[in-house]
Amino acid sequence: MKKHLLSIDDLGVDDVTTLFDTAAEMHDVQNRSVKKLPALRGRTVVNLFFEDSTRTRSSFEIAGKWLSADVINVSAKGSSVSKGESLRDTVLTVAAMGVDGLVIRHMASGAAAQVSQWTDAVVINAGDGTHEHPTQALLDAYTLQRRMGSLEDKHVAIVGDLTHSRVFRSNVLLLSKLGAHVTVVAPPTLMPAGVTAWAKDAGFSTTYDLDEVLPEADAVMMLRVQRERMTGGYFPSAREYTVGYGLTRERLAVLKPDAPICHPGPMNRGLEIAADAADAAQSAVLDQVSAGVAIRMSVLYHLLAGEGSAQ
Amino acid sequence: MSDTVTQLVIKGVAPLGEKPQDLYVADGLIVDEKPAKAEVIDADGLVALPGLVDLHTHLREPGREDAETILTGSRAAALGGFTAVLAMANTSPVTDTAEAAERVFDLGRAAGLVDVQPVGAVTRGLAGEELAELGLMARSHAKVRVFSDDGRCVHDPRVMRRALEYVRAFGGVISQHSQDPDLAGPTACCHEGELSGRLGLPGWPGIAEETIVARDVMLARHTNSRVHVAHVSTAGSVEVIRWAKAQGIDVTAEVTPHHLLLTTDLLGGYDPVYKVNPPLRPDEDVAALRDALADGAIDAVATDHAPHARHDKEHAFVDAAFGMLGLETALSVVSEVMVTSGAMTWTDVARVMSQAPARIAGLEGHGGSLAVGQPANLTLVDPSAVVVVDRAESASLSRNNPWHERKLTGAVVATVLRGTPTVLNGALV
Repeated sequence: MKKHLLSIDDLGVDDVTTLFDTAAEMHDVQNRSVKKLPALRGRTVVNLFFEDSTRTRSSFEIAGKWLSADVINVSAKGSSVSKGESLRDTVLTVAAMGVDGLVIRHMASGAAAQVSQWTDAVVINAGDGTHEHPTQALLDAYTLQRRMGSLEDKHVAIVGDLTHSRVFRSNVLLLSKLGAHVTVVAPPTLMPAGVTAWAKDAGFSTTYDLDEVLPEADAVMMLRVQRERMTGGYFPSAREYTVGYGLTRERLAVLKPDAPICHPGPMNRGLEIAADAADAAQSAVLDQVSAGVAIRMSVLYHLLAGEGSAQ
Repeated sequence: MSDTVTQLVIKGVAPLGEKPQDLYVADGLIVDEKPAKAEVIDADGLVALPGLVDLHTHLREPGREDAETILTGSRAAALGGFTAVLAMANTSPVTDTAEAAERVFDLGRAAGLVDVQPVGAVTRGLAGEELAELGLMARSHAKVRVFSDDGRCVHDPRVMRRALEYVRAFGGVISQHSQDPDLAGPTACCHEGELSGRLGLPGWPGIAEETIVARDVMLARHTNSRVHVAHVSTAGSVEVIRWAKAQGIDVTAEVTPHHLLLTTDLLGGYDPVYKVNPPLRPDEDVAALRDALADGAIDAVATDHAPHARHDKEHAFVDAAFGMLGLETALSVVSEVMVTSGAMTWTDVARVMSQAPARIAGLEGHGGSLAVGQPANLTLVDPSAVVVVDRAESASLSRNNPWHERKLTGAVVATVLRGTPTVLNGALV
């Protein structure tokens, strides 16, 4: 496994299998009454969050603590530019305190990759702008695999604001890597630039028509629509978005009854996902959250417990 | 700078790459008789060009003297073979008054290494709203002729129209940073295309440039005025410029060395050294720009030399400053891309790096021929020298050098400003 986890591209299929196997073991730990493992005792992990995040930060925090790492949360909200300090200076300041692992969340694409150039610490990307969110994709794929068995030749639809979604970018890479056929669905204004060429190259499909895809889907992943997209002219109204791209009650009826429904959260109930779909028996939303801790334990374990990273 | 050396014998130099001969310089001019007491420059194997002229530099003074000063920028320019550079107006304060323009001009003359010609702002404070005092800048002793809000586009068509009309009174030209700010978000930081889609970076589509170029050539036709397209970066802009020239519209255009060689693929690692505005584009744009430079659709090469303090580049990619160094490497890049490849001759290089830029800028005493009686502004080039660029070895105060560790063929050996060498053997005199 590579030193850092910056992108799904850093992982081979074998790495993913290893991470999932360990996650399954960690998952069992979650159900114990005493959850602590000693694996990362003496290791320091800093959650360096430049952007607000409740679930990802707490998920990493719990994961680190259950592995007995010392976990410190540093909130550096706002861009470094506005504070007059360069990103490099901010990171070096934190790293100089003696950090083994830096879990970084930043509103700018590529920030984690840049940080990895400046520090000796292991860098884990916990979401960089609209680029990637690799642990989210890992927990999504892990959840789907547990529900569906292998992802080989399974058809997964990813629906929503693709342009601004790091969840989409990591998932399309990972699901394709695991043999799934991915179709991404969005109105043209929320498709990333050049997506047709990218899709052709990477082997996924694109469509503007959710209803065409839904009956065939073995799993569906709904993406959050940010409120500010509505004022950005990407689509005319919430109502129109829901009619075109929401997982409505009517669409739920068309979906295969055992097809898992994923959503990275937080959900806009009634916008991209109807309450009936979010709470359906086939909804995997809470499984995703619980898998999140197991996956992050696995990632922290493999990147920080190994001899390669001993300092 | 000493003025004692005013007589030169440049031995065995090939003017514009043609038959080697001796060139004689006395009293700041090219002369036909060998001066009696002269410093001899052995120029065997070297090509002589008229001194290079850069239509587009950022010297950062006043305001950001930690990134560059007029003196350090002049040193970099001389080392790059330039005898004149145009200094953009986006300093702090902005060059939008006669006094500010004269100050830049005077600091350039005091440095004495290249003629620093200020570019005036089109609009007050570069705000895009009211015209700056264009006429007073033109009448000042800096004799400003080129006006630009570079870094920003003169976006309001009403303002652009009036600016084009107004500068006709004194033979001015508007150098436009063609980029419609409404066709990309405020955080746009790269070329919009497949790679930006993958990287999750907000981009500018090529049309954000092309629609402004198209609008401006129509405005130039309507106003019977002169527009210059700064740093053209797309094939679509080239198409529009070709069309406009065919109609007889008075439009000129420049391309930067980096847009002739570097492509958007370099952004894969999110290194802000490759963050520049206009952004690096895909291969097909680069190919169109090279063709256009070779066949004259693009008139000039201009560096857009944009030094930045290190900490202004060490932000996340979208937050980092735009721009890259260019003065010291421009000739080598043009040599590598256009001459070594056979697409252009040294006569063509003289046209695009000296004569056309001097003509566009209305600069007297620069961009002449190498004929007897011309001012002795000269650049001597070793066309076969292979240089490996080292960002540490730069006269610029900044290090945002995208050419670091790149091998280029062709190097400036000497620069002569009005008969006085500023650079000899590749080093400042």
